[in-house]
Amino acid sequence: MSKGRVLILGLCAGLSVSAFMVASPAQNPTTGGRFDYSELRNVPEKVRRQTNPVDGDPTAVLVGKKLFGQHCAECHGATGAGSKKAPSLRVEEVQQAAPGALFWILTNGVVRRGMPVWSKLPEPQRWDIVRYIKTLKSTTEGSTRAGAGPP
Amino acid sequence: MARLLLTGTLLFWILAAQPSRAQESPYFVTYDHYLEEPGNLELEYFSTLGTQRAGNGFHAYWIEFEYGAKAWWTTELYVDAQSTFGDGTQLTGFRWENRFRPLKREHFINPVLYLEYEQINDADKIVKEVEGHDVETDHAESNGLARRTLNHELEFKLLLSKTFRGWNVAVNPLATKNLLPSEPWEFGYAMGASRPLTLKASPESCNFCRENFIAGVELYGGLGNTESFGLHDTSHYLAAAVAWNLPSAWTVRFSPGFGLNGDSHRLLLRWGLSREFNGFGEQVSRIWERLR
Repeated sequence: MSKGRVLILGLCAGLSVSAFMVASPAQNPTTGGRFDYSELRNVPEKVRRQTNPVDGDPTAVLVGKKLFGQHCAECHGATGAGSKKAPSLRVEEVQQAAPGALFWILTNGVVRRGMPVWSKLPEPQRWDIVRYIKTLKSTTEGSTRAGAGPP
Repeated sequence: MARLLLTGTLLFWILAAQPSRAQESPYFVTYDHYLEEPGNLELEYFSTLGTQRAGNGFHAYWIEFEYGAKAWWTTELYVDAQSTFGDGTQLTGFRWENRFRPLKREHFINPVLYLEYEQINDADKIVKEVEGHDVETDHAESNGLARRTLNHELEFKLLLSKTFRGWNVAVNPLATKNLLPSEPWEFGYAMGASRPLTLKASPESCNFCRENFIAGVELYGGLGNTESFGLHDTSHYLAAAVAWNLPSAWTVRFSPGFGLNGDSHRLLLRWGLSREFNGFGEQVSRIWERLR
């Protein structure tokens, strides 16, 4: 077999292995594989105090719903109830979180645990998404809920 | 048989995966600091139509398979080809690119480390970057002669990028080393700025809303090599660029680029089409689990 073919096969194998790696549920060392929402506690206080500038905008929820469907639903589920890839956004931890905290998580991601940064979405659109997330019906599920992935 | 199996498997993955709406930048050469979402595969096709003094014009094209291995790691495979008018068509090589995000949060400037291995011949004309003393006349050689020289190169880039109030500004210095010991290090640069036409989104899903369009400008060129560093005796380009991100997960890009000195192609007209699929990683994982 030629060197070129070996290299191409190696590349294919590498891509497949990396695909497998990403599809494997992220393990949380402190909860034995269960997800927790601890990243919300790392949000700087100054950011946490920010209010949502689109709170008074009647279209914000509709815009946020559309954007959530386009960018967030593939991991968090169409209703925000979570999936194998990412946790529920309907739990108390998220629903009780300050809008500024959710905005901060959306902007910075939780990169080491699988959530990409979303600062490429313009700021008003990120606030629209936060506004929509806060309208999701809260459930009694908490941080002990089994799952994988970051908020 | 192996090719058929590989093609079939790839098609299965692609068809089984769900399309995912992308928010792609308009850049063709410059990179911002955003990586592919983990588990997603983006299939991309790009074309470059180039004018050529003292030779035939060309249409160079490439396919990219861009995969988000982790939120901090994107890996990409390129396959390059070109058609030189009045000469011929040929595959010119492949590239394997990796981008790593070292910092876990957004900062004032966001760095991403870029490492690429290239195995391309001298007939490659996609002009994905300009390095060293790359000039227009390099592409005047006939395909028959140019394809005889095969290059193995490593390319390093530092991708620096910042998004503020909708504006993205990115600067990418690069260094390339041909793996032949006698070849010097070559340098180049790319920089770009872009912004969506509007920062506010509309409530309805729409194809022609201004929020779907991102416009920008790119400047890129060579910086010589370790033996002769600088802006002289190399090519430089200025290009306008626009991306149209459709709700159906397709992205269309277009960019006319203009040479800024006598060593540059007068015109590089580029366009591209891409589609992002989520769930690719999961599909591979399922197949992997079945095989074990």
